[in-house]
Amino acid sequence: MATALEMVSGVKPVMVWHQETEIPDVDLIAIPGGFSYGDYLRAGAIAARSPVMSSLRDKAAAGVNILGVCNGFQILTEAGLLPGALMRNAGLHFICREVHLRVENTNSYFTRSWAKNAVIRCPIAHHDGNYFTDPDTLKKLEDQDRVAFRYVNENGNVNDTSNPNGSRNNIAGILNDRGNILGMMPHPENLIESLHGGTDGLGLFKSMLENVA
Amino acid sequence: MKARITITLKAGVLDPQGKAIEGALDALDFSGINKVRQGKIIDIDIDAAGETEATSALTEMCEKLLANTVIENYAIDIRD
Repeated sequence: MATALEMVSGVKPVMVWHQETEIPDVDLIAIPGGFSYGDYLRAGAIAARSPVMSSLRDKAAAGVNILGVCNGFQILTEAGLLPGALMRNAGLHFICREVHLRVENTNSYFTRSWAKNAVIRCPIAHHDGNYFTDPDTLKKLEDQDRVAFRYVNENGNVNDTSNPNGSRNNIAGILNDRGNILGMMPHPENLIESLHGGTDGLGLFKSMLENVA
Repeated sequence: MKARITITLKAGVLDPQGKAIEGALDALDFSGINKVRQGKIIDIDIDAAGETEATSALTEMCEKLLANTVIENYAIDIRD
């Protein structure tokens, strides 16, 4: 994630340790994935209660843009900054492969460089990516256009076989009501180099860069 | 004071692990099983003046950390 942000923006990100209590003044806070925080109790549960989180809450309330990928998405839901929960994959297996995503919302800070309904390739690597929320919240997410990404097949169609983990409505990523927080299970930061197999993930970084002075 | 906290998935929340256990029991020819749901138990030994104080502290622990109330219910059982 840090490499991707630096490559696209030309600026080296400031690293913040979970024990720190103050997040510096920045344009974007990224909570990366990678199981580096441990998944004791529930995925992201302990990390969501670490000392740095109170500063993250303040930043979120102040409208700072926050991106959570994979474990970062799990942490944001556990912290209550995004609705719902990420449960064990419906098939129970850890899944590490490439999927197709459809970009559903192209008005957000995170997704504006993509064309509406663009279908992109993206890697996933998770055990607990099964997005669950109650029917009322699900309806609200859909009605308010807060589903950012959905798992689809290569033709862009939503169906059960294109749903890798059992997520409700094939949801792969969601926005908060204010639009300054995005959580997603797939890893766009791992597909930004043609030498690594493609640049489909660049859209996320291009979108965010448009807003950085 | 010893307490046992039982955490279970809310009704309507899919439980793939419970399903897998159900399938395995079925494969072992156990009959009459209608449904299997799995959860977790957390035992806590806590210093408290009385049961009310312990319950109130444990409730706060459940709400803040031990259970994810989006998907889980919890029950507190003070054992002695």
